[in-house]
Amino acid sequence: MNPAYSVIFFTTASGLGYGLLAFIGVFVSLGLLPADRWLGLWGLGVALAAITFGLLASTFHLGHPERAWRAVTQWRSSWLAREGVVALLTYVPAAVLGISWVFFEQISGGIALAALLVAVTSTITVYCTGMIYASIKAIPAWHQTAVPVNYVLLAAMTGAVWFLALLHIFDLPTVPVTVIAVVLLVFGLAAKMNYWRQNDDAPVTSTSGTATGLSELGDVRLLETPNTSANYLNKEMGFKVARKHAVKLRRIAIATGFVVPIIFVILAALASGISAVFFSLFAAIIMMIGIVTERWLFFAEARHVVNLYYGETTI
Amino acid sequence: MTSLPANPSPTKLGLVVDLDICVGCHACAVNCKEWNTGGYHAPLTDTNPYGTDPSGVWFNRVHAFEAGEGKAGRTVHFPRSCLHCEDAPCVTVCPTGASYKRDEDGIVLIDESMCIGCKLCSWSCPYGAREYDADVGVMKKCTLCIDRIYNENMEIVDRVPACVATCPAGARHFGDLGDPASDVSRLVVDRDGYDLMPEMEIRPTNKYLPPRPRRDEDGAITAATSMEDASPEGGFLGWVDKLLSGAGDVK
Repeated sequence: MNPAYSVIFFTTASGLGYGLLAFIGVFVSLGLLPADRWLGLWGLGVALAAITFGLLASTFHLGHPERAWRAVTQWRSSWLAREGVVALLTYVPAAVLGISWVFFEQISGGIALAALLVAVTSTITVYCTGMIYASIKAIPAWHQTAVPVNYVLLAAMTGAVWFLALLHIFDLPTVPVTVIAVVLLVFGLAAKMNYWRQNDDAPVTSTSGTATGLSELGDVRLLETPNTSANYLNKEMGFKVARKHAVKLRRIAIATGFVVPIIFVILAALASGISAVFFSLFAAIIMMIGIVTERWLFFAEARHVVNLYYGETTI
Repeated sequence: MTSLPANPSPTKLGLVVDLDICVGCHACAVNCKEWNTGGYHAPLTDTNPYGTDPSGVWFNRVHAFEAGEGKAGRTVHFPRSCLHCEDAPCVTVCPTGASYKRDEDGIVLIDESMCIGCKLCSWSCPYGAREYDADVGVMKKCTLCIDRIYNENMEIVDRVPACVATCPAGARHFGDLGDPASDVSRLVVDRDGYDLMPEMEIRPTNKYLPPRPRRDEDGAITAATSMEDASPEGGFLGWVDKLLSGAGDVK
């Protein structure tokens, strides 16, 4: 599939934002964060900025962004609409939490409940994002339960690492979140490697024989394409550039998205003061390079069965 | 509403494509383009049509495949268009309600005025039936020529999809595949019509008819066997043949 930059930016930025929002929500609801307005402003500010820019970016690839409001109407059948609904709903408790925290430094009682709600809707939003892809049968690499699980896991992972950086910046206790971040980085890496291995060894779903129904005659191969130059289907579904470099890109994703962040999260725990802040921020930023690479591969490596009509013989 | 019809009508309008007859002339694709660029989804935009890299929206595209090896191998021309699936995933993924399946005849359509151009429907279609018109910013697809088949301003004989009307070989048939007594349904039964990619489990309405088997085993077309024997044995013709035959005759 053609990896559109706007969708890669949206899924990675909103994953980070909702992950961070969920951690803030859970920690506020458990009474583990101080009511300091600057912590609230920076924490919720970074999370909501990532989410909002992500959502706006996702409308850039639309043919008619001005009609984007319609995309919440069909939640009964469409995972994309469900994602839109829950994404917008999340702003309500997030606004309650944000206003109370930043203006009144009040985050207990009913506000703690709003914080918990923020965590719940954030998680559901990311799950919906994963289900948009998992619901597509025509792309076997996406049509599996591992996809929404990985989306939620990687959102939690990126959120945890950024949350940790925030705690270092505000000089708050970091040991529990350091442990959570390392565990999520390890689980995230394991899940991603498992996903890649599964897809490499996946059984064939469809062939040029089933696509044409001619398999009884023997091997089916394309003789002539209908079009002399690339059409929409070839450009949108026939993307091959990243597949060519998949092994190298996977190594880059593993190193920058998981391994290096683990090292720097631990270094930050061992250091103190400004160097701890530096290490934790470095872990958070380099992790995003890895996650963007991972997301690029998620799209570019996924093969659509329509390519069976354009020369591929098994998918 | 992008939910599939809760109580679909038994009528399922669709096409039957005969791969035995199709000669790959592309007339169906061209007439489709000609009709529809002035029809429901008008225009079917072309970009750079006279340049070195032309591109454009088509609802029907004709591929050619080779199947099998050597003498038994076949060249099969393969028109591909929307199959108006019963469990159309392009309908349920649509977030806006632009994509829908009609209750009364099962035709899958797009309401362009509600389409945001997110392209998700084209991702969900295994058959590549939907194409994005970058010029207008919306998705477009085969309408089964809804503006012909119900068009009371046209002669009844012309109220068929443009691809069917134009096919010079008679390889395309239009009708109600929900009615087991219809001509198209009987054709499907008689000729072992089949679904494309049945493993996708989305129950396409359109059916394809396979190329007929060869008439003998070594793959040669043996039409000559049906001709009269030039040297009959016995009977009246045998007596005439013996009487008239002589040295130097052409056998």
